Amino acid sequence: MVPTQYYLILSAILFGLGAVAFVFKRNIITIFMSIELMLNAVNLAFVAFSQSFGKVHGQVFVLFVIVVAAAEAAVGLGIIILIQRNRQSLNVEKVNLLKL
Amino acid sequence: MNAALLIFFVLAGLAVIGALNLVLQRHPIHSALSLIVVMVCLAGLYLLMGAEFVAAVQIIVYGGAIMVLFIFVIMLLNAGEEERTDFSKLAKIAGLPLALALTASVAAAVAKSGAAVANPTDPAIPKATEQISTMLFKEFVYPFELTSFLILVAIMGALVLAQREKK
Repeated sequence: MVPTQYYLILSAILFGLGAVAFVFKRNIITIFMSIELMLNAVNLAFVAFSQSFGKVHGQVFVLFVIVVAAAEAAVGLGIIILIQRNRQSLNVEKVNLLKL
Repeated sequence: MNAALLIFFVLAGLAVIGALNLVLQRHPIHSALSLIVVMVCLAGLYLLMGAEFVAAVQIIVYGGAIMVLFIFVIMLLNAGEEERTDFSKLAKIAGLPLALALTASVAAAVAKSGAAVANPTDPAIPKATEQISTMLFKEFVYPFELTSFLILVAIMGALVLAQREKK
């Protein structure tokens, strides 16, 4: 039997790596992928808690998170295509109209 | 060390290596492929926890649909290697320590809350899939219906965003 804490620590490590990738990456597609990585880490924590409490509520929430991630990926990739069309670049540094 | 623990450490190690690879690779297609490795490892961990339904959804929706969409867009836009730009001085000095601090604090917080719950003796929740479906169509029926609406809005949004402008 694997203790619940192991899963939670793995989830925190994956979340941290996702956050690092989100901040350090310059390619907008990779930044998007790091968001997906963070969502996955959260899902792992949900399932770990669901197993540890012996209730399936956590697994139902995982389903909702996956649905939201799918919707977000569809809209976000549409936005990325639009940015590429308007800026001819996927570098986030070039998308700075709102920057002071 | 028993078998479950061994499987956990193999899958967890692969997942962490995949996530590290995502950060270190500079070509987006390599990052996408390492993200798929992470997702498949997580599906294995869900199976280990006895959450078969979530594991199947993880493979089909995440590993299948979402990642194919990502790779499709990478190829469609012909995304090349990432341009390297200079970080600000503050980011250079404080970036990595702050990232480590974030990971450590999150890990400490969740591990502490994990210590409060008992470790289950029986790994799998009996008839988990059946329970999930019952819950989804009884307790969570309104949120479930809302998600279908959300997907519809997302489809329309993606269509509007990606279509060519009329002249």
